[in-house]
Amino acid sequence: MVTYLDHAASTPMRHEAIEAMTPFLDNLYANPSGSHRFARVARKALDEARDVVAEALGCNAGEVIFTSGGTEGDNSAVLGTVRKLGGVAVCTATEHHAVLHCVEHVDGVVVRVNNVGSVDLDDLARVLQEATPEKPITVVSVMAVNNEVGTITPMRDVARIVRKHAPNALLHTDAVQAACWIDLREITPLVDALSLSAHKFGGPKGVGIMVLKAGKQLEPMIFGGGQERDRRSGTHNVAGIIGAATALHFTDITRADEIERVTKMRDRLVDDIVAALPGVLETVPREHRVPGVAHLCIKGIESEALLFLLDQADVCASAASACASGAMEPSHVLAAMGLSREWTNGALRLSLGHTTTDADIDCAVHTIVGAVAQLRR
Amino acid sequence: MKVLVAMSGGVDSSVAAAELKDAGHEVVGVTMRLWGGESDTGCCSVSDVDDARRVAQQLGIDHLVFNFSDDFNKHVVDPYVKAHVDGFTPNPCIECNRHLKFDRLSERARLLGFDAVATGHHARIEKDDEGTMRLARGADDAKDQSYVVHMLDQKELAFTMFPVGHLTKAQVRDRAVELGLRTATKPDSQDVCFISKTGGRETFLGNRIPFRPAQVVNEDGSEAGRVEALELVTIGQRKGLGLPGGGPKQYVVDVDTPNARITVGDESKLFCSSVVVNNIVWSDAQDVQRLSINADVLVQSSAHGAAIPATAEVLGDSEIRLMWREPQRRIAPGQSVVLYEVTNSFVLAGGIACAN
Repeated sequence: MVTYLDHAASTPMRHEAIEAMTPFLDNLYANPSGSHRFARVARKALDEARDVVAEALGCNAGEVIFTSGGTEGDNSAVLGTVRKLGGVAVCTATEHHAVLHCVEHVDGVVVRVNNVGSVDLDDLARVLQEATPEKPITVVSVMAVNNEVGTITPMRDVARIVRKHAPNALLHTDAVQAACWIDLREITPLVDALSLSAHKFGGPKGVGIMVLKAGKQLEPMIFGGGQERDRRSGTHNVAGIIGAATALHFTDITRADEIERVTKMRDRLVDDIVAALPGVLETVPREHRVPGVAHLCIKGIESEALLFLLDQADVCASAASACASGAMEPSHVLAAMGLSREWTNGALRLSLGHTTTDADIDCAVHTIVGAVAQLRR
Repeated sequence: MKVLVAMSGGVDSSVAAAELKDAGHEVVGVTMRLWGGESDTGCCSVSDVDDARRVAQQLGIDHLVFNFSDDFNKHVVDPYVKAHVDGFTPNPCIECNRHLKFDRLSERARLLGFDAVATGHHARIEKDDEGTMRLARGADDAKDQSYVVHMLDQKELAFTMFPVGHLTKAQVRDRAVELGLRTATKPDSQDVCFISKTGGRETFLGNRIPFRPAQVVNEDGSEAGRVEALELVTIGQRKGLGLPGGGPKQYVVDVDTPNARITVGDESKLFCSSVVVNNIVWSDAQDVQRLSINADVLVQSSAHGAAIPATAEVLGDSEIRLMWREPQRRIAPGQSVVLYEVTNSFVLAGGIACAN
């Protein structure tokens, strides 16, 4: 029995999504852009999927763009704006690399975060105010929920500051880690663009959803057949899109119950570990965090060694992001939060999701406590 | 046994993993990510890690990547740069073995409950009649690597395995072909992993330290030439000294780092009768006594150099003077010097050549 506590990396697909998409992997294979009745079946399913997504996001169907994933949405928002309008891109220091590397690539500005990993609103205001007419800020990207430590960004405050100091900038949010835990209808109205990744909420990998509000324009990243109203070319991944829409719908209608269920389990997980082991820091206070993430810094051990022992005991967890070689990189998120290496060397992310059970928590606590004791010997 | 095998992505460590698996051990492969910068095989040697992972998949063993890049910088790269500033000729591959493979990695392996660490080095570990672990030369004379792993003491020898040490390189490649391993025909790595072929040592050091120009003088003190980078000059060097052509061949016979002065002379001036070696690591602490009874040893001072007869005088726990049987070319300070038992069968000790 594997104890899977890496839902923030990828969560199992929802059966409803698999069921909904299967016919489109099988006999309903037509290209929805075709002009025959067979194509129209696919087109109808695609249009309906777009409606389902728009409903869960609180936007118009015409504002939904299907992409290849969260990274494409993030790249499109940042690079697409700078290529279209020039100017300066701004993001926070704890963004996912899909945003951060884009902003760095175009020599943008990175805003500080506070000690819970949330955007420093004063620094954001300062950066926006310091912009000059020659170098206007054209895009601001602030993640709704951090992927490593689970910190929730006060998007209302961010939006207020951006609208005040950079009214013409495109406000984008990487909401990839928010979908399971926050009603997206609260976020979408605040921003101009938003990115999601289907496999983080029970859809398939390789499918993303981007919202681009009416009237906002980006330079497309991919040119070709003009699909998605010329905003994103390429034959539609019909099955994937239907899987994504179905998963989002079920995530949306079960979210309130899941928040309650998962919060209890997450709290017990952390409480039990902290009670059993000295030298464990709960990286971000719970009130700032989504229910699905438990992030701990454990003194006196190294994440790589801990993850190996957990893996040997069939407990799947993670630390920070890995580079192309598969080696774990020191976390830019924890560094930006000002945590010392003494703590960050022993970082551990346990992320819960729709398949997590109480038995998983029991097993994880037992295994982690034992493994840390072994490493501290 | 539970064995952690270090897999570089080369053929030797691939076959080492296969041999261990065949022998019935519980094997886990690990690739150490050491150098984060530019290299000939791409950023963090992704293609080598890919090879190691694919071989592990084929053998049906788990494969991990450990990020030891901080330790590598601290113990290998930074000292490499500093050695050049101080006028030494370092051997970074040996320091990597000393600090990374047989310290950092073996410590972690112990912590994780492994019984041994294995690598693909061509050397053998044998137990002698007295129960002492001996580091013996590999079966393939031309590929023997006992020199580069000479720093293993009894504790590390007891925790280390060299599964291909009894094979020739040709046998290793045959075995890899037989198993259909993707690394079977991969060329041997030759160079320092963190120095790219295109830039070379000069670019690498030039990006990290200011080079000092130096005067090149003859033994009588008369000016002979000039070099732009004192740090790139090594004892015994003949080229790149800005010397006029013609005449007898001139070699660097002394590098005076504090005064930025390089002395050149004919080859005979390179020869000396002894060398002091410090930072000695004994394969077995008892060998100090052994040397006081029979001080005849064979000495190797480069990866594939010959074993030269000498007499050893123990100056202290970690210092030895070697008196050559016949005068030898000077060993550049900073080079590793390894003492083999007089029959040339196993390592007694190793250390670093001092500046005379």
